[in-house]
Amino acid sequence: MADARPVLHARPEVIYQVSTAGIGVVQRPLSLGQRLANQGSLRKALVLAVLALLWEGYARWLGNDLLFPTFSATVAAFWQSVISGELPAATWYSMKILFQGYAAGLLLAGLLTAFASATRIGADLLEVLTAMFNPLPSIALLPLAMIWFGLGTGGIVFVLIHAVLWSVALNTHSGFRGVSPTWRMVGQNYGLSDLGYVVRILIPGAFPSILTGLKIGWAFAWRTLIAAELVFGANSGGGGLGWFIFQSKNSLEIPSVFAGLLTVILLGLIVENLIFLTAEKMTVRRWGMQH
Amino acid sequence: MTNGVAPLLAVKGVTLQYQTRDHLVTATYRVSFDIYRSDRYVILGPSGCGKSTLLKAVGGFIRPVEGEIRLNDVAISKPGPDRVLVFQEFDQLLPWKTVKQNIAFALTASGKMSGKEAGQRALHYIDKVGLTKFADNYPHTLSGGMKQRVAIARGMAMEPEILLMDEPFAALDALTRAKMQEELLQLWDDTKFTVLFVTHSITEAVRVGNRILLLSAHPGQVKGEINSNGTDEIGVDGRPLSERIEHLLFEQQIGDRSISHG
Repeated sequence: MADARPVLHARPEVIYQVSTAGIGVVQRPLSLGQRLANQGSLRKALVLAVLALLWEGYARWLGNDLLFPTFSATVAAFWQSVISGELPAATWYSMKILFQGYAAGLLLAGLLTAFASATRIGADLLEVLTAMFNPLPSIALLPLAMIWFGLGTGGIVFVLIHAVLWSVALNTHSGFRGVSPTWRMVGQNYGLSDLGYVVRILIPGAFPSILTGLKIGWAFAWRTLIAAELVFGANSGGGGLGWFIFQSKNSLEIPSVFAGLLTVILLGLIVENLIFLTAEKMTVRRWGMQH
Repeated sequence: MTNGVAPLLAVKGVTLQYQTRDHLVTATYRVSFDIYRSDRYVILGPSGCGKSTLLKAVGGFIRPVEGEIRLNDVAISKPGPDRVLVFQEFDQLLPWKTVKQNIAFALTASGKMSGKEAGQRALHYIDKVGLTKFADNYPHTLSGGMKQRVAIARGMAMEPEILLMDEPFAALDALTRAKMQEELLQLWDDTKFTVLFVTHSITEAVRVGNRILLLSAHPGQVKGEINSNGTDEIGVDGRPLSERIEHLLFEQQIGDRSISHG
């Protein structure tokens, strides 16, 4: 339709023949070294090994077993406590309480989030409660909990629930809110029931946030538990990992103190890298919702 | 043209409004049109003419404040699997399901069929859009055009009364878009499904539709209904159809504006 425009700088047209000959590498598999370096777990193991070496070196240079035992002494104490059954029993004790508190916290968080998703006043309630209680360190509630629920496990479980509930509920709720409106319409379009809508659209859609909530809740619970046990024992009669650490310190078995701390660290690493990482790989990473 | 056949979808005097934070907006005003079985009906209009809102009302996601929409002479009140939407957004596929699962999910969620049967029908329609090799891929590994193909396959697998497409190719590059329009027409040749297609591209409307509804902007009102044979034919006035549509949609609007400003 428009008139032809004048040619500004006259140049001949050029057309090339393209071929891949002589390029050398178009695509080749990586070498063994490169592939090993791409393994995240291997790199992390290397970091751990270096840290252990530094520890050993510093402790030997210091030469004071009461202040800072060597890595090898700690491992020896760890091994001894494992064989004597003392450490496994204490760990089992702690884990049992931890699971009770974690499960109860998750259940309550689920109920609270369901209420918050269903009604506007529920959402307001959740937001106000989380704003109030999330910054409150759970351990600060322990003295009160001891008065309310006695010196047994009840008090500790209560404190654990407090540690888990808010972070999980907050993350799940914000995850539900972030679910794309298109997915919501897809769910409604195909006539899902209310329950089906929650289970098949909302929960998977909010899964990255839910997983984050679970991880934060787990870390909070674990810390709170050890701190509570350090002071009070798993119940009035003692028991638990925190108690093990406390007792070892009292009898000046410092390598055992370190062994107890090492156990706490190991359990944290195992849960983070085995359970949560596997869950992530099987879900959100596989779905491309997280990279 | 209708020979006394009842329309499949009847939109009668529909006014649609929605609320923003501090405004009540009228999206369309007393829009009426009929769609017959096997129509490729296109709603065409500039942005802000309420065409997507109109499509969502047909889908049952929005209720008209005036007028009604009837499918097979039954008033539409809520979303349902007899009217399947294909969206513009690539994220309409559920990322936690593979291509095959996304289609089978639609079939089982609506209670249309059980797991195994749904899987078979899913594969059949995946084959129709040429994605058999990607049936077990997760959506994030597909290109935009492939995702839209899956969404179309999902809509068609439901075998709805009417397929509602909301600018399904708008987010694609020009080459892919032209290819997808062609593929959609081929699929239509196959099964002669009824489709309501929303677009703001005149060339797309002329290419894809057999009947085109022209909407004015803000609020959307019907400016006319035009037939198309898909080839942008030269009309009796010596102009191609697309130019005539452009004139109808825009020249007149400039006139309207000067009146309202005067």
